[in-house]
Amino acid sequence: MIFLTVGTQLPFDRLVRALDDWNSGQAPERIFGQIADPGSGGYTPSNFHSKAFIEPDEFTQKYTEAKLIVAHAGMGSIISALTHSKPIVIMPRRADLQEHRNDHQLATARRFAARKGIFVAEDENKLGPLLDELMDMPMEDRDEQIGAFADPELIAAIRGFIVGEDAKKGTA
Amino acid sequence: MKNSQDEGHQAINTLRAPRVLAIASAGGHWVQLQRMRTAWDECRVTYVTTKAGYRTQVETDARNRGQAIPAFHVVTDANRWQKIRLIRQVFDVLFVLLRTRPDIVISTGAAPGYFALKFGKLLGARTIWIDSIANAEELSLSGQKVQGSADLWMTQWPHLAKQSGTKRCVEYRGSVI
Repeated sequence: MIFLTVGTQLPFDRLVRALDDWNSGQAPERIFGQIADPGSGGYTPSNFHSKAFIEPDEFTQKYTEAKLIVAHAGMGSIISALTHSKPIVIMPRRADLQEHRNDHQLATARRFAARKGIFVAEDENKLGPLLDELMDMPMEDRDEQIGAFADPELIAAIRGFIVGEDAKKGTA
Repeated sequence: MKNSQDEGHQAINTLRAPRVLAIASAGGHWVQLQRMRTAWDECRVTYVTTKAGYRTQVETDARNRGQAIPAFHVVTDANRWQKIRLIRQVFDVLFVLLRTRPDIVISTGAAPGYFALKFGKLLGARTIWIDSIANAEELSLSGQKVQGSADLWMTQWPHLAKQSGTKRCVEYRGSVI
């Protein structure tokens, strides 16, 4: 199963439509989409099942079941793919199309493009060909797993700050 | 789940464990905040977010890792253009802060975290801002605006920490991945 997620905030019609087109004539069960609230005049896919939003437990379940994630270039989606050791295709939102408030997802896509298991579809026309290519690729070449926690250095910096003052109060 | 950071972790006297309020909006900000959670193990923790469904997740995790069950509050979700909801969010955040009276306020963003650091600072808390890793080219708008209220002010990108021009440099001390 391919799990499509566009994040918790805004719809992303360009991505949903591209995936819908790609799945035309194929089994709808092969994709499940979390597509946010398309609003009036927004796009709802006809070639796979979708919900606007799903609860965190179901989100985890979908990530676990999926063979491949297709998502906007949001950090929640990317980090979840890395922790679940799932390959992910990301397509960045664009501010000029009112898909987000700025173009930070373009930067995210550039920064993470080199990482194993992360594949970038620059736009809706690149998505289909990229997916076709990935379907033929062996699984072990596609994914990388990261641990459950941040860099030990970052955690130590935060903990040091929290504990530091605690110790000072104790001696005061 | 094993806590790989256990060794070298600074101990906390549980009798006067700091009250930590950890706040982030749902989605990527929340996912990032959760990846730092071992930093406040043994503290008296309150989580604040915009999605009720995360409660099960934090309670299950606390049980699995032998931590006290944290308090959990939901505040109104709002984006920058939803003015009425934004005002409700401000009051929700203020209410939780007044009830919790945290020693530490920590956030990865976005708007609820910004408000929590502003109010938290005024109420005497010590504050930590870790800007989202999604902001690879410049700090987030909230991250820039929160500077005056952040005691520990961090980015997750080393090249952003090196930028000068402002009186104060944002710190880089590692990232969530």
